[in-house]
Amino acid sequence: MALLELHNLKKYYATQKAVDGISFSIDKGSIFGLLGPNGAGKTTLLRMITGIFFPDEGEIIFEGKKFDSLTDITKIGYMPEERGLYKKMKIGEQVLYLAQLKGMTRNNAMAKIKFWFKRFEMESWWNKKVEDLSKGMSQKLQFVTTVLHEPSLIILDEPFSGLDPLNANLIKDEIYRLAHEGSTIIFSTHRMEQVEEICDHIVLVNLGKKILDGTVEKVKQDFKENKFNIQLSHVPEMLDGNTFELLQNDNHSLIVKIKDGYKSNDVLKYFISQNVNIEAFNEILPSLNEIFIHLVESTHATARAFQKAEA
Amino acid sequence: MNKIFLIARREFLVRVLKRTFLVTTILFPVIMVGFYAMMIYFSISGGDNYKIAVADEANIFHEKIESDDEISFEFLHNETPATLKTKLESGSYDGYVYIPSATRLLYNDSLQVVTSKSVAVMSREKIQDRINETLEQQRLLSLNISKEQLDSARKSNEINFITLQGSNDSDVKAGVSYGIGFISAFLIYLVLFIYGTMVMRGVTEEKVSRIAEVIISSVKPFQLMLGKIFGIGAVGLLQFIIWIILVGGLQFLLPVIFPEMLHQIPQQGMQMPGGMGTAQTMQTSGAMQGIMEGLSQINFPLIIGCFIFYFLGGYLLYSSLFAAVGSTVNEDPQDAQSLSLPILMPLFFGIVIMMKAVNDPTSSLAVFGALFPLTSPIVMMACIAHGVPNPIPYWELFTSMTLLIAGFLATTWLAAKIYRTGILMYGKKPTWKEIIKWAVRKS
Repeated sequence: MALLELHNLKKYYATQKAVDGISFSIDKGSIFGLLGPNGAGKTTLLRMITGIFFPDEGEIIFEGKKFDSLTDITKIGYMPEERGLYKKMKIGEQVLYLAQLKGMTRNNAMAKIKFWFKRFEMESWWNKKVEDLSKGMSQKLQFVTTVLHEPSLIILDEPFSGLDPLNANLIKDEIYRLAHEGSTIIFSTHRMEQVEEICDHIVLVNLGKKILDGTVEKVKQDFKENKFNIQLSHVPEMLDGNTFELLQNDNHSLIVKIKDGYKSNDVLKYFISQNVNIEAFNEILPSLNEIFIHLVESTHATARAFQKAEA
Repeated sequence: MNKIFLIARREFLVRVLKRTFLVTTILFPVIMVGFYAMMIYFSISGGDNYKIAVADEANIFHEKIESDDEISFEFLHNETPATLKTKLESGSYDGYVYIPSATRLLYNDSLQVVTSKSVAVMSREKIQDRINETLEQQRLLSLNISKEQLDSARKSNEINFITLQGSNDSDVKAGVSYGIGFISAFLIYLVLFIYGTMVMRGVTEEKVSRIAEVIISSVKPFQLMLGKIFGIGAVGLLQFIIWIILVGGLQFLLPVIFPEMLHQIPQQGMQMPGGMGTAQTMQTSGAMQGIMEGLSQINFPLIIGCFIFYFLGGYLLYSSLFAAVGSTVNEDPQDAQSLSLPILMPLFFGIVIMMKAVNDPTSSLAVFGALFPLTSPIVMMACIAHGVPNPIPYWELFTSMTLLIAGFLATTWLAAKIYRTGILMYGKKPTWKEIIKWAVRKS
């Protein structure tokens, strides 16, 4: 069941079409990657989903009903890319305040804060101020304020920037756990290796339009180039390129691209007939990074030129 | 509504619990009052005592010049300048006056006071006055005119002003009205300025620290703006209440700390020589009575009620504008200065009109200023002190209040639109054209 559906969302600014007719849906409990180069319209899109902006056109369906920012924003946790906390306010009071703004009662919020502070070993921070924290620490704090009210939709914009591998893993595990417990997570980033690792489903936007939509697996399959890695006991002196094209020959390991009209078995048959022992044979799928660069470059201009919107 | 309260409570507590609040609210007025009290204390007590020997060979003073504990005159006989000088050097006197027998002091001859060290300006004046007053009396006596005769000839008659409606419109009352009007109008101006800029800085701080986006994903921008305005308004109100209590408390405390101060005033009146002195004390006590009478004619409940109304109305009107400006400012604090100029202009303009209105509350400029919502909180306070319904008619007061309410609803509505866009807009400083576009665009 889809937790969130976007139907043909549009948001035009005076100088550009920030979001220009984007539709997709996000399944409940999934980890969803929203990708795109800088200035693609990701932040505008997220701001519409969080109720900060009203779309010019199109509609947002949240939990099966039309999105109503008044009641639904309490079910959303949003961690913007530009982190923000009151620098001079005590950490405990600040988290409590933000939780109350999300509609939690004081007692309920206090119990949750205790739980999270213990979990992240932050109990001693209560009376400290944000300005006393390191960047990584305030990042953890920001994450806690985002998920404290148990939102059904958690939106994280670049959640790992500025975190060391240890803390990044800590947050990553929490993301998995929250998704497992039924929360839906939108994960916006341009770090592709994280997306590949974490996300179930991705959407790529560029110039305000959606240019890719699917599961990570499916996207990779769609963009595969029939490349294979073959490891042999020894490399025959003559390599016949009837069925494949040799891309790389590194000692006993070959990278080949199978020509159109042939299958992997045709290549294997060739080597078997050559009396060569095949030690390993596997397909090389393109990384999301390669797909990203390929797609964004083909829609040319990563930085969008200013264009006059009609509306 | 609940969220507005939450935000207002935070804004209030964050400011009230800060150490600087305590300092500015409690210590600052105490220091100011203490400073003034010290100044008054020192100026009254003066400090130096002068004992002056008078060798009056010509017997002009008839052995009598008014003395007090600060400056005393002592008449000596059979002295020469040389013996007086030795007495001065031995320290038994601080100065001497030698008047040879041939001196025609009642005509234009001059007099020399010889002192061991240079005399302070204040004491110098007192010595001169004492001697001249005594001389004046002697001159009058030589013309066969007594002091009393002169005073009665000089007496000025009371000339009163009464309006057609029959109410007493004395000079004193006009003066008291002037004072109250000026002070309350100026207070309103200060409040609008101080708390308005406080709202502006708060909004800019939220924007620059990027907390605004986090909060706006939980509450409406309008709620955030209103919460901030209410919270800071409450801080202002609290500060006022504390000040009023402090001023009241100090009025009781001051006589305890400086008991001389109260005695000093009547004493000074008594020191005036002869009949002149009593006339003067009568005059000053008459003036005091007049001020009391003037104060009793001031409608204080009305003024305090109006003060609170215009304080709140003016604050809501201006603080929302300041919030809108704060939301357009980016990292550069200098932007705030240039962007807030159009808001500060009507405030200064209000003060200028107030200066005129407090003198002449019925002039057309004053009426305009009292009705126009951007200036009415300042100008109307100056006018109200002169009285309602005369000279300020009821219709003027009610129109002014209605316009102010309409005014702050309009500015809040307009400011909310600018605020909503500005608070999330980073990058270059927006132009006025862009800001106006944000304001007029429909949601």
